[in-house]
Amino acid sequence: MEKRILKDENDRVDGIFKVTGKAKYFAEYALPGLTYGVLVTSTITKGKITTLNTKAAEKAPGVMAVLSHLNKPSAPGYEQDGGSPLKIFYTDKIFYNGQPIAMVVANTFERATYAASLVEATYTKEQFNTDFDKAVADAKAKKLQGQPDYKRGVEDAYKTAEVKIEEKYHLPIETHNPMELHGMIADWRPNNQLTVYAKTQGVKATQGTIANVFKIPNENIRVNSEFVGGGFGMALRTWPVEIATIMASKYLGKPVKLMLTRMQMFTMVGNRPAAIQTIGLGAKKDGTLTGITHLAFGETSVYENFTEGVVNMAKFMYQCDNVNTQYTVVPVDLGVPIWMRGPGEATGAFALESAIDEMAHALDMDPLEFRIKNDPERDQQRNLPFSDKNIKEAYRIGAQKIGWNERKNKPGSLIEGQWKTGYGVSIGVFNANRGRASVKGILKADGSLVLQSATSDIGPGTGTGMTLIASKLMNIPADRITFELGDSSLPPAPSQGGSATLSTVGSAVNDVCVALKSTIAELAANANMDATSNFVEVLKKNNLPSVEMTKQSQAGKEREAYSMYSFSIHFVKVKVHGLTGVVKVDKIVSVGDSGTIISPKTARSQMVGGAVGGVGMALTEESVIDHRYGRYINNNFADYHVPVNADIPEIEVHFINKPDPYINPMGAKGMGEIALIGFSAAVANAVFNATGKRIRNLPITPDKILAST
Amino acid sequence: MHSSDSKNNQGDSRRDFLKKSSLITAVALTPTIALKAAEGQADERFAELFERIPLNLMVNNQTYQASVEPRVTLLDYLREELHLTGTKKGCDHGQCGACTVHVDGERVNSCLSLAVMNEGKKITTIEGLANGNELHPMQAAFIKHDGFQCGYCTPGQIMSAVACVNEGHTNSRSEISEYMSGNICRCGAYPNIVDAIVEVSKGGNKI
Repeated sequence: MEKRILKDENDRVDGIFKVTGKAKYFAEYALPGLTYGVLVTSTITKGKITTLNTKAAEKAPGVMAVLSHLNKPSAPGYEQDGGSPLKIFYTDKIFYNGQPIAMVVANTFERATYAASLVEATYTKEQFNTDFDKAVADAKAKKLQGQPDYKRGVEDAYKTAEVKIEEKYHLPIETHNPMELHGMIADWRPNNQLTVYAKTQGVKATQGTIANVFKIPNENIRVNSEFVGGGFGMALRTWPVEIATIMASKYLGKPVKLMLTRMQMFTMVGNRPAAIQTIGLGAKKDGTLTGITHLAFGETSVYENFTEGVVNMAKFMYQCDNVNTQYTVVPVDLGVPIWMRGPGEATGAFALESAIDEMAHALDMDPLEFRIKNDPERDQQRNLPFSDKNIKEAYRIGAQKIGWNERKNKPGSLIEGQWKTGYGVSIGVFNANRGRASVKGILKADGSLVLQSATSDIGPGTGTGMTLIASKLMNIPADRITFELGDSSLPPAPSQGGSATLSTVGSAVNDVCVALKSTIAELAANANMDATSNFVEVLKKNNLPSVEMTKQSQAGKEREAYSMYSFSIHFVKVKVHGLTGVVKVDKIVSVGDSGTIISPKTARSQMVGGAVGGVGMALTEESVIDHRYGRYINNNFADYHVPVNADIPEIEVHFINKPDPYINPMGAKGMGEIALIGFSAAVANAVFNATGKRIRNLPITPDKILAST
Repeated sequence: MHSSDSKNNQGDSRRDFLKKSSLITAVALTPTIALKAAEGQADERFAELFERIPLNLMVNNQTYQASVEPRVTLLDYLREELHLTGTKKGCDHGQCGACTVHVDGERVNSCLSLAVMNEGKKITTIEGLANGNELHPMQAAFIKHDGFQCGYCTPGQIMSAVACVNEGHTNSRSEISEYMSGNICRCGAYPNIVDAIVEVSKGGNKI
């Protein structure tokens, strides 16, 4: 690695690699003898493979193998019962359309791609259903409890309230679509030694999954994932296609690279599940909430169950004595979903925060005032105080910055020509997690510090944040510190998910730095040096080239005494065109309340990115299926609309930036999820304020606005 | 799917014919080579020989002479043959911009260009943008304004941004946004990308 020069200590530590093209992502390791895998996928939605003709493909130039259920190498973990991942090449059953059924491996990508087109399959077909709405409505369809029912006080208290609303909210399937395509390079060597270059949010998790499937020791498996081109949740598990790549390498004794196509990103690596939610709210005429009911149906697959925290927020976000929730998952014949940024909480927040706005309107109250009036002092669900919560301050800052005083409570009041202006607000909240991680610190006599942990950076700036924590504690300039990650041989850390990395790994960085400092102080004392001596002098005096130590850090009993959350408030100003129904987001203000801000530049970017994702969720993103065939019909970037540059207005980000006194030594909480949670509701609420039209079915496309009365 | 890879037998028979005819021609012209080639996968080697097309191009001021299959995209050629992996693959359909390079100074989606279409052309990739260890002003501005998170779309964004400035499409933030909308950033760094371009384009000079 070349020397990094940081013009500003807040710049990303890996920025130089990313802007020069030197950052290497999984597919960019040129292993000698590398071969290329290309997948063949099912063309039916449900049934069984009857014949698979691979002869022509095998004869095609450059082809080394065609792998399928007919000839796969042994994966002993797949031979056992239990677990329900799609056991790739260990079944002839088809569970969804586009399921991988074979992999062609050739000596070039083009040859593998061509040969894959020569594989022919025949099937016996079965009846299927990919329509989630239909499955939910079908009384006979299978339905499973996704989370235990929750009840506090009187069930469905809203029904007898002075003022009540009851509404249904729909979310479509969304697809993560990180810019980097998924895949893996697998290099299986004799004696069951395996090296993989992966796209993963957790190198240790990937290592563990591979060890389980192939029944080889963890130590035999090295997972490298230094740079990850985005994940947003889809790289939180090891997918069947990765196992297939390893199988191919094991079979051939050569390194195999698989890179999915963009189309395959819709069917092989998860999605945000569709959801149908009903919210009932009851309030007194003075605006006191008296009942919250949140009932949710979430999509899952028939072969593997997926659940998430859709109904969590309703249980504690507002002061209310009567709350009940129910979360049911309903299988359809599609690939299994996975958490997508904000995960279930973002799904739930769209419904709840839209409903809160609807209730404020029913009460003829300012929705901000209504929220402040029902802001809880304690967490009623856990019956605990919040460790740190500054929502009222966040409301005040955000309202001032967006120009909330310009807003009229009566919808459709601000009209300029064909454009109607509206303002919306919503809240986001996510559990401030902290897990267990280890970090090794190596303090060198040349004045540098190396920190190592098997964590990941899918984009938030893990290395930058960790470096800033260490820099401040050790008083070492940021460009003299290197943080190594993305390698399973480093000290263990959990996967990067659930907004926990800064809190979890940062605490271990803190602890190892504190330990290194005390070691230096001891060494100084031994050498009769002043306790405050510079570590370089101390190491030299002791004839030590370096000192190193590893510390494990985890949360303690404080989590039993306090309820810990990160919060965000999103303010959105929109303009809606009267004739066309086009929504233009005019201005965004997001305020983060997530403890101390460690890395101001990357933290701001994370909030900006969440808002951009939120614009997509609110206005453009929907994975559309033709239910006659069970196939996605917009599985590409031309038809699945993620926001582009011109969709995004000015975004202002503000932070409360006060330490949470209990969460961890830094007082810092995660913000990857809260950046997006609730955002789509702020847009929906702004559209309502602009037009008087309430769209409860995402995305809010012009046709829905025009059709709404 | 590449159009040249369509699943019909025409391609196969054409290929078989090529194998046979080239073998005959080769035997007639150079018996010793043909005899040598006849050992092992002879017809395979001949097919490979005749299915490749010579290509001369200049990438980052370095000349390359190669022979490539006509179906190889410029993107795959850069990444897999030249190991210039700074140019990214995001969709292979010209829909995301991650593969943006400059061909004779203009921004091009390298996934939509076959390598052989670039005979004699001058290609600049992200690896060729800096002047030695000195970053191009756009690269420096992307770092300063944090115009990226995961970094995967970044090379394409920067190549596109340089072209955007040189095209003169930087008269307002909204014009920049419009002319940068062929480059998707899923992490959502758009406002920061615009900040970087605004800074570099001040003064109105080409870069």
